[in-house]
Amino acid sequence: MSNATADSVEMRRWRKPPAIERPWLRYGLLVGTLVYLFFAVGSYDVNWGRVAEGLDRGWQFVKAFASPDFVSRKSDFIEGMTESIIMTITSTVVGILISIPIALGAASNLAPLPVYIFCRAIIALSRALHEIIVAILMVAIFGFGPLAGFITLSFATIGFLAKLLAEDIEAMDKSQAEAIQATGAGWLQWINYAVQPQVMPRLIGLSIYRLDINFRESAVLGLVGAGGIGATLNTAFDRYEFDTAAAIIITIIVIVMALEYLSSIIRARIQ
Amino acid sequence: MPVSTRTGPQDAALPVWRRRTSKAQLAIWFAWLAGVAVFVWCWMYISARTEWFFVYDAPRIAGDILGRATPPRWPYMEQLWKPLWDTVNVATLGTALSLLFAVPIAFLAARNTTPSTTFIRPIALLVIVSSRSINSLIWALLLVAIIGPGILAGTVAIALRSVGFCAKLLYEAIEEIDVNQVEAITATGARGSQIMSYGIVPQILPAFAGITVFRWDINIRESTVLGLVGAGGIGLQLQGSLNTLAWPQVALILIVIFIAVIISEWVSALVRRAII
Repeated sequence: MSNATADSVEMRRWRKPPAIERPWLRYGLLVGTLVYLFFAVGSYDVNWGRVAEGLDRGWQFVKAFASPDFVSRKSDFIEGMTESIIMTITSTVVGILISIPIALGAASNLAPLPVYIFCRAIIALSRALHEIIVAILMVAIFGFGPLAGFITLSFATIGFLAKLLAEDIEAMDKSQAEAIQATGAGWLQWINYAVQPQVMPRLIGLSIYRLDINFRESAVLGLVGAGGIGATLNTAFDRYEFDTAAAIIITIIVIVMALEYLSSIIRARIQ
Repeated sequence: MPVSTRTGPQDAALPVWRRRTSKAQLAIWFAWLAGVAVFVWCWMYISARTEWFFVYDAPRIAGDILGRATPPRWPYMEQLWKPLWDTVNVATLGTALSLLFAVPIAFLAARNTTPSTTFIRPIALLVIVSSRSINSLIWALLLVAIIGPGILAGTVAIALRSVGFCAKLLYEAIEEIDVNQVEAITATGARGSQIMSYGIVPQILPAFAGITVFRWDINIRESTVLGLVGAGGIGLQLQGSLNTLAWPQVALILIVIFIAVIISEWVSALVRRAII
């Protein structure tokens, strides 16, 4: 064996190809990330003394989960939870009812261009504004209470449901739609027999998912006075009553888990 | 096949096709009835807690607020650049921080990579569901109480909320990988870490990148409101302007948030298209 063969074997050794092929892009991204991290982390102004002081309180909070206090704020607790659940149910129902026509209008294969643009604008507006911001405006307009929360959640539901439903309608099978059209069906019949059966499983799945999201969101709307358990939770934190806060958080987690379990059962059945 | 009978000519009983049996039809009808009853009851509950006078007055109030809010106070923009930078940092560093935890949790939660299905997997799933159930505002509320107001609390809040989201989507991606590739790598005599880096990681990398930008996009939106509970960012300015009823400033902040969200959505769509 000569040296040359050993060299060529050495040369042919396999090396993992880099994730980004162009070297300038690869190193450019790396340098850019590092520079960004430097400036971003540099802009943090942390009072470490305060953090160290707070860690003890954090530990109190973790311990509170071992002994959650459901009873001492019982009436506020039940009142807030009922309000949250009621807002969730009503806003999901109304949100779905409104988002179906908007989804039809926002599907490019069904709607004429002006309708399409109008519906897409509603969706974009609803998606860009965070629920809490909408809730603040609604509280300013409609006054405190669950009505503001209900309107907020309904509005947020439209952005989510109409967008995803419209995408599903756009991806539907054209031949079925054509077959129904060929029978001489009117527009409503066409929607009812050609479009609706194709998107129904997705609509049900999304609706249950949105119910889940609406419940989670309803838990924070109380922070700005739009009803629900959030107000109680906020008060509990402000008074450092961590055991009550823990009880509320545990209840939220349990309800979300139950909803998720329910949705997995229903989705398995409709598919 | 469910049929009902109809009297035909010469009193012969003719079967007529129906979609459901009478019993099934009745059950569905009662389910709808119950659903409507629940909805009406819920609506009455809300109605009883509403000052309807304010609601009737709402169009006037809305017009009034709109009148006060226009035109937006453009010079105020000078004071918004720093909070906007903070907001972007909270979202970006929060996402990065969450990934540090989400990746190991996802591997512990995925059925095909977890060390133990009976013991570790349920714990990982519980961590995921707990993190997901709690809104980032609640996390922020908690962290402001613990480590004090500021963008650090906001960053950690975003990270805690995102861990569950990223880990859930990632472990679903891990469970869907092609086992043949992993087997092929195993057959070459690779060690555990090599199976991981040559068999599993390349398969989930596109999903991982997609999840990251998707969550980053959501986090930009979430971090705009964290300031309302004192966790830094542009929400702090929003809160201040709302408290002083400075509607022209509120209008400007809402426009800025709207543009920021649109840009982040555009960036995330761009990145996802480049990867997938």
